[in-house]
Amino acid sequence: MKARSKRLILVGGGVALLVAAVALVLSAFQQNLVFFHTPTEVYEGKAPTGRAFRIGGMVEDGSIRREADGLTVSFAITDTAKVIPVRYRGTLPDLFQEGKGAVVQGVLGPDGQFTATEVLAKHDENYMPVEAQYAIDQAHKASQTVQQ
Amino acid sequence: MQWESWSAFWQMGGAAPYVWGSYGVTLALIVAELVLVIRRRKDTVNRLLRWRRALGKDVGGSQARMESVE
Amino acid sequence: MTTLTRAPVRSPEGLLRFAAPQQFYPLAGRLAPWFAWAAALLTVVGLYIGFFVAPTDFQQGEVYRVIFIHVPAAWMSMFIYLVMAFWAAVGLVMNTRLSFIMSQALAPTGAMFCFVALWTGAVWGKPTWGTYWVWDARLTSQLLLLFLYFGFIALTRAIEDPRRADRAGAIIALVGAVNVPIIYFSVQWWNTLHQGASVSLTRAPSMASTMLAGMLIMAIAAWMYAIAVALWRVRALILERERHTEWVGEVLAAEAQTQGRAR
Repeated sequence: MKARSKRLILVGGGVALLVAAVALVLSAFQQNLVFFHTPTEVYEGKAPTGRAFRIGGMVEDGSIRREADGLTVSFAITDTAKVIPVRYRGTLPDLFQEGKGAVVQGVLGPDGQFTATEVLAKHDENYMPVEAQYAIDQAHKASQTVQQ
Repeated sequence: MQWESWSAFWQMGGAAPYVWGSYGVTLALIVAELVLVIRRRKDTVNRLLRWRRALGKDVGGSQARMESVE
Repeated sequence: MTTLTRAPVRSPEGLLRFAAPQQFYPLAGRLAPWFAWAAALLTVVGLYIGFFVAPTDFQQGEVYRVIFIHVPAAWMSMFIYLVMAFWAAVGLVMNTRLSFIMSQALAPTGAMFCFVALWTGAVWGKPTWGTYWVWDARLTSQLLLLFLYFGFIALTRAIEDPRRADRAGAIIALVGAVNVPIIYFSVQWWNTLHQGASVSLTRAPSMASTMLAGMLIMAIAAWMYAIAVALWRVRALILERERHTEWVGEVLAAEAQTQGRAR
């Protein structure tokens, strides 16, 4: 029994040490684990300057505008607190829509205009039938009319 | 029923390559694993039988040994 | 295999006697087919619900049906690793041979599920996110899990001495287990492209009930499959490890006879 409990302490101690090591490594690399920054973080100067990074948030309602060449799109990314205007030339994913999540990669100009080289759609974790979404939209509209 | 026809089912609303690409690879891997895992025990049994015969131990199946010589 | 000369003379009572490989070998052989049939049946039911009862998703359309294998496979890949780590810890502390064999029997199945989760995720990501792969925390930590599985399998097979192989594997299993909660909570701890959990213990699932039913049934099917395959694999491993013993000699003799009869 003595040898057994000795082993238990050794194994337990070893695992605890390794957990601590991994935690340290993770906190050190915290910066690189951030896949995107929110618009608020960009305004607070937490986003890297002078190199490409990603901004994630919601595509602001009514902000998508296609330019005359048919390829360039401009829209705004928001986290409801701050808004960042984005310009992008290329194809958009099917799920890219106003009011839905998106992650854009590119560089921030000195004028606050973000020029994206890649646009990804970030969908949420909700799964429901088309009819259910339709019903929710109708209810939402009804409540808005009542408020007005 | 979700689908108007079988062809609509196979087309998956235009997502056929993604949906069937996922399910196809998964099915192939599961079949491969089942074949490997069942063959592994048979291979082990046969290998250990040869090993024990080589050691000159009686493995009981004298019939099997004689037939394999024939 | 020095331990074999001091094989236990006393036979422990109850379920604990199955901790002896000699007792566990026939038990595994009897149980495995039941789990395999349960897995097959549940898969048929789960896929029927997934493809014919569950409705089209409001934002993703039909492509979301990948979820019925993606999520169960991802859950299994994490859970199997934790079970491997559990058996590794039991083996190190109690010095029981069967514990290490169990964790080695689970590894290939865990790796398979891990690959399936990554593959289906990539194929699903293209039409929804617009990319097969990104280096966000969720995807990166899941890829690390696959490497841990490969490392475990490679190391336990590369080392000739079974006792040393057991210990080396157990250490990878225990160290790597730290990665599992990182995978699970990555979507909460960091900004990721991968969405948060649709199903968790702390709140109501954000899925339509038929979609959820299909996914949970497929998850149980994956459990049954993993148990069946691990039991079959553990039989081969036990025979290999215990080949010097009397009882394996008897098992082999019986096998030789059925082979002889089959011809």
